[in-house]
Amino acid sequence: MSGPRTAPSQRPAALLPAEDARDGALVFIVAVLCFLACLSVVAALAADRAAHGWRTELRGSATVVVRPGPDETADAAAARAAEALAAVSGVDEVEALEKDKAEQLLEPWIGRDALPEDLAIPRLVDVELNPERPATAAALDAALKAARVDATVDDHTMWLKDILRAAFLAQVAAVAIAALVAVAAGAVIAFATRAGLQARGDLVSVLHLAGAEDGYIAGLFQMRFARLAATAGLAGAGGAALVTALARLAGGGEGLTPVLPVAWSDLLPLLACPIVAGAIAAIAARLTALSLVRSMT
Amino acid sequence: MSRTADASERPDEMPGAAGLAGAPVVSFDHVGLRYGTAPEVLKNLTFELEAGSFHFLTGPSGAGKTTLLKLIHVALRPTRGRIALFGRYTERLTRQELPALRRRIGMVFHDRRLLDHLNAFDNVALPLRLAGRKAGGYAGDVAELLAWVGLGEKMTAYPMTLSGGEQQRLAIARAVVGRPDLLIADEPTGDVDHDMAVRILRLFVELNRLGTTVLIATHDRELVARSGKPVLHIEHGELRLPADAAA
Repeated sequence: MSGPRTAPSQRPAALLPAEDARDGALVFIVAVLCFLACLSVVAALAADRAAHGWRTELRGSATVVVRPGPDETADAAAARAAEALAAVSGVDEVEALEKDKAEQLLEPWIGRDALPEDLAIPRLVDVELNPERPATAAALDAALKAARVDATVDDHTMWLKDILRAAFLAQVAAVAIAALVAVAAGAVIAFATRAGLQARGDLVSVLHLAGAEDGYIAGLFQMRFARLAATAGLAGAGGAALVTALARLAGGGEGLTPVLPVAWSDLLPLLACPIVAGAIAAIAARLTALSLVRSMT
Repeated sequence: MSRTADASERPDEMPGAAGLAGAPVVSFDHVGLRYGTAPEVLKNLTFELEAGSFHFLTGPSGAGKTTLLKLIHVALRPTRGRIALFGRYTERLTRQELPALRRRIGMVFHDRRLLDHLNAFDNVALPLRLAGRKAGGYAGDVAELLAWVGLGEKMTAYPMTLSGGEQQRLAIARAVVGRPDLLIADEPTGDVDHDMAVRILRLFVELNRLGTTVLIATHDRELVARSGKPVLHIEHGELRLPADAAA
């Protein structure tokens, strides 16, 4: 009756058996969710970058619309305005636009040769502000009034507010989508944990009767789904990284589109995806398993 | 035989447990069990199993033997009366305390409850893993025990590939591998031949000599007679102590 007394050399088998078919579907679903979440994060970063670029561009300049008085030519009024503005602290460069340039600016809306020769077109003065200490619109306005120039200063504040609001909303939307996807991933894992536990009621019962604690049993499901989600997170992040890289390469220096410029550094946050996915899965699986195991004998 | 606690105090430990050293391992005090509104399947059971004792539990099919063992294993709770294990009243045990208590009990289930995805070695090692022991520390003990029950050459076999008798021996090995303080077995020799039944009985007796309290439910009258151990006899849910088998 006695046989060889050599213990098997392999490591102890996993107490929770693998569910191959179900696991494959779960990995696919979580990978797709991770892919979408990663793209949302990239979009949020791109929106932030775009907003920063617009802000810098708009804050660095102002446009002055000069209306010539009855006793002087438009060129003379623009020249006087440029002179007054150049003396203001915080102004780096001033350029009074020639009539031709002003007409070029109107051309996209009105068309070439559509303007009557005698139409009084306001002259524009382009003001480049010091990026460190830019002059305020009030200072520019005061200088123009002191020089008795009838003009309106546009420091782009109105546009800047709208653009920044739009960029902020784009960021919020992207982060909200990422958060929703994370919650959806957690719900999928919780559902899978519940199904796994119910399918393995016999195992849970034996472990309980053999003296396993609730936390130990929940830990089995927690580790299993954390590993699955981390694998899915790796796949999803890999897919998102590929799409991001293609967008960067296809769009040259400004990314796929200047509206949402993508940078290589946007790939770095994607490295966290497997860890975040694993952590979300671990928490969802543990909470679900604990509540269910406690209701089992 | 019974020592009823003051119901107004409802202490966690039995009166006179004195640090649990002198307390009986199992104490039933007017225990009854019914499912829903059905008649009681166990009625007014009062008995104690002293530490280091060895008893057989006999009775016809349907008498309540398995149900009684489940009550001892805290897989069921009584609908009346009190049960104390190792000096602790089971109704006072919290869910957190239950696993540690169950790890002191080795149970051979009538339906074996082996885990099909684990091989024989891992099935037997399960209680030791749950007790937190490392594989390197228990591998030799598990292999030796498997050899002792005649499964030395089937350590890597899975339960589904084993015969009924082999599965039974595997379940017994799992129940005794942790040298429990209390061993309860439900028909442990039902599917094995006479020689193996005698061998398994010797294993239980050896464990008992080492201090384990043993309670075995069986139909095998010859085994009971051969052992000369006391008998708890149950019929229609009521306990009857045969005069010739008093503890």
